[in-house]
Amino acid sequence: MKNNNVSNDWLFEITPKNKFFSLNLKEVWQYRDLLFLFVKRDVITVYKQTVLGPLWYLIQPLFTSVTFTIIFNNVAGINTGTVPPFLFNLAGITVWNYFTACLNGTSDTFKSNAGIFGKVYFPRIITPLSVVISNLIKFGIQFLIFIAFYCYYYLIGTDLSLNGLVLFFPVLIIIMGILGLGLGMLISSMVTKYRDFSYLVGFGIQLLMYLSAVMYPMELLKDKLPKYGWLVEYNPLAYIIETARYMLLDVGKISIPGLLYTLVFTIAVFFIGLLVFNKTEKSFIDTV
Amino acid sequence: MEKDIILKAENISKQYRLGQVGTGTLSHDLNRWWHQVRGKENPYLKIGDTNDRSTKGESDYVWALQDINFEVERGDVLGIIGKNGAGKSTLLKILSKVTAPTTGSIKSRGRIASLLEVGTGFHGEMTGRENVYLNGAILGMTKKEITSKIDEIIEFSGCERYIDTPVKRYSSGMTVRLAFAVAAFLEPEILVIDEVLAVGDAEFQKKAIGKMQDISRQGGRTVLFVSHNMAAVENLCTKCILLEHGFVVFTGSTPDVISYYLSNQKVVSTKLSEIKERKGNGVLNFTEGIIKDNINPINSIETFSDFEIKLNYNLDPNVLVLNNRIDIGINNYMGDRVAWVSSSNIIHDFDMKKGEIVFKITNSPLAPGEYACNIYAEINNEVSDWLISVMPFTVIEKDYYKSGKLIPSNQGSILLNYNIK
Repeated sequence: MKNNNVSNDWLFEITPKNKFFSLNLKEVWQYRDLLFLFVKRDVITVYKQTVLGPLWYLIQPLFTSVTFTIIFNNVAGINTGTVPPFLFNLAGITVWNYFTACLNGTSDTFKSNAGIFGKVYFPRIITPLSVVISNLIKFGIQFLIFIAFYCYYYLIGTDLSLNGLVLFFPVLIIIMGILGLGLGMLISSMVTKYRDFSYLVGFGIQLLMYLSAVMYPMELLKDKLPKYGWLVEYNPLAYIIETARYMLLDVGKISIPGLLYTLVFTIAVFFIGLLVFNKTEKSFIDTV
Repeated sequence: MEKDIILKAENISKQYRLGQVGTGTLSHDLNRWWHQVRGKENPYLKIGDTNDRSTKGESDYVWALQDINFEVERGDVLGIIGKNGAGKSTLLKILSKVTAPTTGSIKSRGRIASLLEVGTGFHGEMTGRENVYLNGAILGMTKKEITSKIDEIIEFSGCERYIDTPVKRYSSGMTVRLAFAVAAFLEPEILVIDEVLAVGDAEFQKKAIGKMQDISRQGGRTVLFVSHNMAAVENLCTKCILLEHGFVVFTGSTPDVISYYLSNQKVVSTKLSEIKERKGNGVLNFTEGIIKDNINPINSIETFSDFEIKLNYNLDPNVLVLNNRIDIGINNYMGDRVAWVSSSNIIHDFDMKKGEIVFKITNSPLAPGEYACNIYAEINNEVSDWLISVMPFTVIEKDYYKSGKLIPSNQGSILLNYNIK
């Protein structure tokens, strides 16, 4: 038998349960190269063997914006003020797309990586993290197209102005990424045992878009449907999208309490997601 | 001298739930959660059957491993042996942190890397070189480490020419070579290996085994090696543990454990009389079949050894036997006939009064693998009893050529006794 002072120098211990909360940042840092390589893999392999390649990044938001403009602005007659409806929709969709890409990508982390997770250990959080980062690159490309259209409208003399708060736009996007990551981790953990959740995400995202002020100003819904206004008011995503448009196009309103609520909500979801994710990663391979 | 323990397993147990995940799981989950909330122990830990896949259990829960304790010293090459389903892979999964044990703990003083299966995380659209980086990083190397070894890795794999081609254009053999090459250049303190030797062609296997030996002998690295392949275990490992139905049944030096393993296999003579699916007029009925080495019944045979197949039968006393023959066809796991022995080749009509016939086979050239017999009796030119695929047995590899080199598994279904002049 060994004496106690000797057995203290173990490098690590594998036990049935994780400590209540353990995000091993040191370990994640050790695997930073893996994170980078995963991001690289995601970016370079997405549109391999397609003719249009990275153009697909641009086609999707453009066509969606055109469709939204026709349906919601021309047919349904939603008023976007002085801002051209197309630009209004493009802003909303670009930001919204980043959220859905994060959520979709992370919510089946365990299921789609079961093969690799079942064979080798690395900090599992690397995988959803890489999804959020590689989607950030995709978002960057899509945002460029928004800038291009912004300049175009500006040059043809449309009355456009940025809001000074646009400097905080990156912060807003990071909050959105963290929210997507948190929700994704939560859902991916539950999907390991109950596949029901992956179906829920599929149409849940669709429905959520209509509640997130993507194609209409937040005020409009509150005016037209006062009874259901709370649905949007309690939706942190609506605040993010509304604020993004406020920063980029100077339309709508900025709500500080709303943003604070969003921030608290995001942090809470992220930590709950992390907690559940950590708990799941230990033995999900037995149930997936 | 104080022992330098690098890895220590204490009371490792692992419970699995059998059957499908459905509403039953939800109710168990809720019950477990309710116990946890009240600060009580998980109610499902007390139940569960021993892991024996052939018997029908009472409970939905099964213990894949129970109370596993062992210590590994720095520089040891520990073999983990046991039959299919004994819990070897589960143990390795726990060691490589893929899944957590249900109870117990493992303490380690070194980084553990596993080669549970080579080629994990290869992406078909990326080139060989990109995959080396990705796979290396997954296995725990940093980019810098990989860059410093990439030339060696590529050279070892023998895929220089294709290294900048997407992996999806590779043959499966090339993929495996590249993947193994990455893994071979890992440098963790503890390396966990599961059956990787069964890959690639003969030339590459030789290289792979050589590399394994280098790793374990010169590097002073600690290796945990899981295999069915007794010759490989004998050749590489200093110590072994033997698992059976989730328990450690024997620990010791490799030769001791292997001889224990071989001598303690549960041997079942096949009760042929109980088999319903048979053809023939029933004039003769096979009752029992046993495979023996010179003395004892066995169900695994070493390569190039002698063995006997003994068949007992009942003969209808009212039938006058004018001519007779009994045949045994030996089929491999694919169902292909590899050998055939018949009484008619040796003696035209043998004396059937004894009620048994023994086929003595010497210096058996059967290659390692799983086999089964078709047995056939013909009396007075009519089929009297015919059973398909009974009396399964295993041929296991012995280091016959005394070289420590194995015969690759895909190199033919018989072995030749040969010499080089």
